[in-house]
Amino acid sequence: MITRTGLILFAIWVVILATTPLHADNYIVRTAIMISMYSVLALSWNFIGGFTGYPSFATVAFFGLGAYVGAIAQRNGVPMVVAWMLATIVVGAFAAALGSILLRLKGHYFAIGSIAVVEVCRLVISSWRSVTGGGDGLNIPLLRWSPDDVAIFFLMVMLVLMIIVFALNAFVSRHRLGFGLHCIRQNEDAADMVGINTTLYKVIAFTLSALFVGTAGAAYASWVGYIDPTDSFSILMTVKVPVMVLLGGAGTVLGPVIGAASFVVLEEIFWSNFLDWNRAILGMVIVFLIFFLPGGLLRVSFRKVRDRLKGREGVAT
Amino acid sequence: MSEEILRLESLSKSFGGIRAVNDVSLSLKKGEIVGLIGPNGAGKTTLVNVITGVHPADAGTVHFMGENVTRQRPYQAARRGLCRTFQIVQPFPENSVLDNVAAGAVFGGAVPSLKQARERAMDLLEFVGLQDVASQPASALTLPNRKRLELAKSLAMKPKVLMLDEVNAGLSSGEIDGALDLIRRIAEQGVTILIIEHLMKVVLGVSERIVVLDRGAVIAEGPPMEVVKDERVIEAYLGSKYAQRLKEKTHG
Repeated sequence: MITRTGLILFAIWVVILATTPLHADNYIVRTAIMISMYSVLALSWNFIGGFTGYPSFATVAFFGLGAYVGAIAQRNGVPMVVAWMLATIVVGAFAAALGSILLRLKGHYFAIGSIAVVEVCRLVISSWRSVTGGGDGLNIPLLRWSPDDVAIFFLMVMLVLMIIVFALNAFVSRHRLGFGLHCIRQNEDAADMVGINTTLYKVIAFTLSALFVGTAGAAYASWVGYIDPTDSFSILMTVKVPVMVLLGGAGTVLGPVIGAASFVVLEEIFWSNFLDWNRAILGMVIVFLIFFLPGGLLRVSFRKVRDRLKGREGVAT
Repeated sequence: MSEEILRLESLSKSFGGIRAVNDVSLSLKKGEIVGLIGPNGAGKTTLVNVITGVHPADAGTVHFMGENVTRQRPYQAARRGLCRTFQIVQPFPENSVLDNVAAGAVFGGAVPSLKQARERAMDLLEFVGLQDVASQPASALTLPNRKRLELAKSLAMKPKVLMLDEVNAGLSSGEIDGALDLIRRIAEQGVTILIIEHLMKVVLGVSERIVVLDRGAVIAEGPPMEVVKDERVIEAYLGSKYAQRLKEKTHG
């Protein structure tokens, strides 16, 4: 469910991101693109990890696959936007087929299985030299516009994707699909017994978690102009996305957006200030999150924090 | 009232070397209350699991309203109106009590919208007496209330046959009376009920017919008062030595 306030906050956030090219430098615009892109990934992951409670690490497999499908299509003369659509469809079909097999696993086994998918995808792409260029990667025809225009264009593309996936999240959360997924997360056997076709629902959630990740991957490939297997299927990225959602609040609609934004900003700060130690600090942030904010930023009770600051801790409520 | 609604024919299910359900044939007529009893481990819950498709049957068939449903999946059983409650209650712990019941209505009871499902859920909560805790999370309920929630949830699926797997286990005798009253009121609406119990005295009062299961097989079937006098039933429950002694006492 999303409240009116949540919707307004999201709208304001979209406007802030969209207007960055007007008043900020290239670095900020680039950060805004990354925030929008990661929001797409986090919101997509929310379908399977948040609503359904299946800890998927396959996000980057869909991202990399989308990037490669888009890149190969574009290199063969398919117009850019058509190539993105193609990537979306291929990745969606791939996720649906994969989901019907992988979703038989539960909990940790599912998590490990989904990591294996990433590795298998990476290995196939890097070995299939004739099509994918193997370890050398692929060059994608660049847009022949001024760098500023290119940045604005891709910012808008990522923002549109983010709005679509956000709307989809909001729709699903109040639809019977979201209600059913919520039941599956809490007790899958009982969900089955109550008349929910759990297999179908999980496959739908898994497909939704892949669809626009594929589009984002293809758009990313067109933006950066060069992709290779290690970068496109980086295991670090696949860990980042769930962390973002958990940081914001899993299973909520606004949570992934807040999580993605704060994570990207934190990461940029750590990169620029602690070049040698940024990964270690990121690691500590993750551990801190797990221990102190299990429900995410959205679930923090600000009243409790205020009371604690005032020294009223321990008062029975 | 004599129309047959559920028919089991030589149903069997083994786990490894154990025949948990052994050649069980049983027929339920529309609107009747049947008690299924048997000592612990007799295969009562397994039988329900085989009927609803949780465990696939090794042999035999299940016919529901004339249709062969042996190979159905649990969600299909629920949608057909072949509903059950769990011995170990299975709520959706974070959902409100109301939404727990609404889930039954929207998915199993084919209510088109969530809003209508919640309205229907509220009616059912009043029926089982949980209207005051409707907005609480299901995990906050006491055991007797959880059992009632389980009942309301399966009623929301518009059951034609309702299998109650030990809805009275763990309840005090006063609470059992309340639960039995509820069961009678459900039966009055035309729902066929199969009560599964290992406490014999609970089912005697409400059942029109009793089926006794022991080691996976039906060992006796008939009106309650005849069944409790059946030697094999007494033996299954109390052991052969005690049955022998009881026989000597009453006859000699």
